[in-house]
Amino acid sequence: MAIVRPLDPVTVRVDFDIFEREFRGRRLAYLDSAATSLKPRVVAEAMSGYLNRYSANVHRGIYEIGEEATVAYEGARSTIASFIGAGDPREIIMVRNATEAINLVAYAWGRKNIGRADTIVTTEMEHHSNLIPWQMLVKEKDADLEFVPFDEEGRLIQDSYDVLLRTKPKLVSFTAVSNGIGTINPVRDMVERAHDAGALVLVDGAQAVPHGPVNVQEMGADFFVFSGHKALGPPGSGALWARREILEDMPPFMGGGEMIREVHLRHTTYNEVPYKFEAGTPDVSAAIGLAAGLDYLSGIGMEQVRAHERDLVEYALEMLPRQVPSIRIHGPLSASDRAGVITFNLADAHPHDVATLLDREAIAVRAGHHCTMPLHQRLGEEASARASFYVYSDRDDIDRLAEALNKVERLFARNQ
Amino acid sequence: MDDLYRDEILEHYRNPHNFGILDSPTTSTEGANPLCGDRITLMLGINDQGTVEEVAFTGRGCAISQASASMLTDDIKGKPLAEIAQFDQQHVLDNLAIEISPARMKCAMLSLETLQSAVTNRVDKPGQTNES
Repeated sequence: MAIVRPLDPVTVRVDFDIFEREFRGRRLAYLDSAATSLKPRVVAEAMSGYLNRYSANVHRGIYEIGEEATVAYEGARSTIASFIGAGDPREIIMVRNATEAINLVAYAWGRKNIGRADTIVTTEMEHHSNLIPWQMLVKEKDADLEFVPFDEEGRLIQDSYDVLLRTKPKLVSFTAVSNGIGTINPVRDMVERAHDAGALVLVDGAQAVPHGPVNVQEMGADFFVFSGHKALGPPGSGALWARREILEDMPPFMGGGEMIREVHLRHTTYNEVPYKFEAGTPDVSAAIGLAAGLDYLSGIGMEQVRAHERDLVEYALEMLPRQVPSIRIHGPLSASDRAGVITFNLADAHPHDVATLLDREAIAVRAGHHCTMPLHQRLGEEASARASFYVYSDRDDIDRLAEALNKVERLFARNQ
Repeated sequence: MDDLYRDEILEHYRNPHNFGILDSPTTSTEGANPLCGDRITLMLGINDQGTVEEVAFTGRGCAISQASASMLTDDIKGKPLAEIAQFDQQHVLDNLAIEISPARMKCAMLSLETLQSAVTNRVDKPGQTNES
């Protein structure tokens, strides 16, 4: 058995220039990785390598740097495919982010396959990006959208899911991990039951891909989406994966260059997948940057990333309520099905005041609804604060958070 | 961090002035900051001379938005609409007298924007209750 080396965040931080900066005389405690991750130096280096040294267009130039660019771009596609366990790189569509990927599916697959009175099932914990595209589609098609509710600890109510599956939905679309409250959903089991009910399944992997091992084939999903910028990659990178036969059957998303085989004034035949879905010059540097980020993560090992974050969550769940008596933590209270996300409210201080005051201590957290307004309506909160962890986070960050929250608590309780 | 939120702001947040509703307001105006969920309902009792005789607000939100509403409602009581219409962002910032980062400007200005909308609508459609 191989010896598994645990992730050392102090070593990791050396690879991130941002930790050389001082904020109010301290190292930044960046606790907003669920919004976007920081980037290791290798990502910008890979991108500037392309932009400075071989910035040709892809799939066009019959000359050396054109071929180099194409090789690097297609290499990025292969890196993404193997990172998420796809069997064939041609099943990877390069997109700007998970939002674009879901919109692509809603537009291209949805408009062809969803009709009047058809049902799409999603959940009450989705990011707006996995809600609004379906709202738009069912409105256009006069179809139905149904929602799996979640319980007091933020776990999807599986009995309700089964009831909804009896309506024979055409599509089930849900997140693998809640960006709002950190719940890790039982993806494989939910996919299997959806398939038994005859539905196709889209899994939103935006919070899953950066934080643990992912294998789309073992998961059994039909569509899988993620954003690169949460996984050490640059903004503007991301991917849609779908099974080949589904992609073959889907009409194109956008029309333009690259996605064509033969064009006449009044009709066109389309390119093969994945190019059929990649109209126009792609963001080559973003794709190359994402591949560098994913390679960096592979160097650490995704099992190690998950183990590290699980340790931090366990520590935070145990320690924060002790140090910060008025804290209410939302979502699962066990680290086993909770990702590195601690969403909370303090009794007397509004999340925006909390975030502003934490910023004074060089601690970055998110405050607001985290693009999950229905989830917050369900929680009965207008807004919440969220601390989220990644490869460069450590217990010291959580200690600083606890100490600062304790100060906020005392400030707002003063003279009462 | 203690120096950021002055005691006066925390005091307005905990015990906001003019917090509540009016029985029969001349205008009732809602304002919201969808980005962070701050809300306010501002009610004005305006007499025939166009002077604000009574003011009340209800709302939920952060210390900055609520304290700024508390202070602003104090300021407009007994003043004619024409004078209130001149209140600007600087007025609110002077009231708060703390550093407001660009990200928090929306919180600070929610009550002012709601007030401006109430006053504008009042001038456009006298005698009507309005919402914005």
